[in-house]
Amino acid sequence: MASEQTTQEYIVHHLTNATMCMTDEGLQTNYGKGLEEAATVCQEAGFWVWNIDTLGWSIALGILFLWLFRKVAKSATTGVPSKTQAFVEMVVEFVNDNVRDSFHGKNNLIAPLGLTIFVWVFLMNLMDLVPVDLLPWIAGQIGAATTGVDPHHVYMKVVPTTDLNLPLALGLGVFVLILFYSIKVKGVSGFVKELTMQPFNHWSMIPINFILETVTLLARPFSLALRLFGNLYAGELIFILIATLGLWQLPLHFPWAVFHILVIVLQAFIFMMLTIVYLSLAHEDH
Amino acid sequence: MNINATLIGQLIAFMVFVWFCMKYVWPPLLAAIEERQKKIADGLEASDRAEKDLELAQQKATGQLKEAKAQAAEIIEQAKKRGSQLVDEETQRGQAEREKIIASGYAEIEAERNRAKEELRKHVAALAVAGAQQILQREIDAQAQNDIVEKLVAEL
Repeated sequence: MASEQTTQEYIVHHLTNATMCMTDEGLQTNYGKGLEEAATVCQEAGFWVWNIDTLGWSIALGILFLWLFRKVAKSATTGVPSKTQAFVEMVVEFVNDNVRDSFHGKNNLIAPLGLTIFVWVFLMNLMDLVPVDLLPWIAGQIGAATTGVDPHHVYMKVVPTTDLNLPLALGLGVFVLILFYSIKVKGVSGFVKELTMQPFNHWSMIPINFILETVTLLARPFSLALRLFGNLYAGELIFILIATLGLWQLPLHFPWAVFHILVIVLQAFIFMMLTIVYLSLAHEDH
Repeated sequence: MNINATLIGQLIAFMVFVWFCMKYVWPPLLAAIEERQKKIADGLEASDRAEKDLELAQQKATGQLKEAKAQAAEIIEQAKKRGSQLVDEETQRGQAEREKIIASGYAEIEAERNRAKEELRKHVAALAVAGAQQILQREIDAQAQNDIVEKLVAEL
């Protein structure tokens, strides 16, 4: 009972998350529902909607990262390393060097934080290189085979970083750390002074300073989140658009994927680097 | 792509991942890396030291070799000297021995000669007496003529 999709339906389908929510009628999902119904099923739940595909893929990839690195860490030898260990150590040393270059202080959190962001974000971005139809198609076939729903009514977005919730969660996590370390290092008064006495060090300029500095501070998590989200969402969208071109997609997917290899590593790196820089600024006492 | 509760779920997941990484992943990996760096640095230092040691040992060995050669030459020199000294001594001793033997030989010959002379003298005396007896053809009292005979013998 697979229905034919128009191009517009195809694009909307690929941009729809698998959602889950609690409503008055009990647990609701958009699984197996048509596009209009899928968009409205969780409307009354408001904020309390869970994108289970984003959560599932991101947590699975995070666990993959931690499992691999933990496995190597447990059996790490100081002698001649195995190939896996050499690779893992290369990543760790790369992150460690970057942290040491930009962060001059003693903090046991920054480096592991940078490593987690770099590898996790990279792995999630990497999902963008999986052929854009493959995993949703498999999910649709499984859904159709097990519960008999229309495979086009099974929704799954496999790149968690193209769901704004995830980059924003990362950005807010970093923001919390910025606030925490700013107050911890400078004290509440030092932090307030930093917000009000810069860049113009005069009492009459306090309101202007406060507005400027607050905007600067608040811009950090959102710029982090939106940069990552924007790059990946655009990349994903272009993959989807290329996929609607019929036979023309065959020569076009490849160059875009090659270009995207650069984007996914770069975005993971930028996110890590800016996190380190922001936390480094939070540690600086003027 | 609405902001929804997923944000909270991701935030919690992020915190847990970072915590796990900080607690169980980062320290052992970095410890292993730093340990290996230290090992390599130690190894390089040790190799430097060994190289220096080798150079020193070579210098020492060359010095010792030179010294040994000098000593050997000295010993040979001494041995040569001692050898020629021994030859000299032996020659001198042989000379002396020879002279002693020759001297004793002479003395023996002299004694023999004297003995033979005495014997001869006695025989000649008896012969002279017998000759005189025949010449005189008479009995001469040997006893009375003994002094003449004695004189004759002494003259021989």
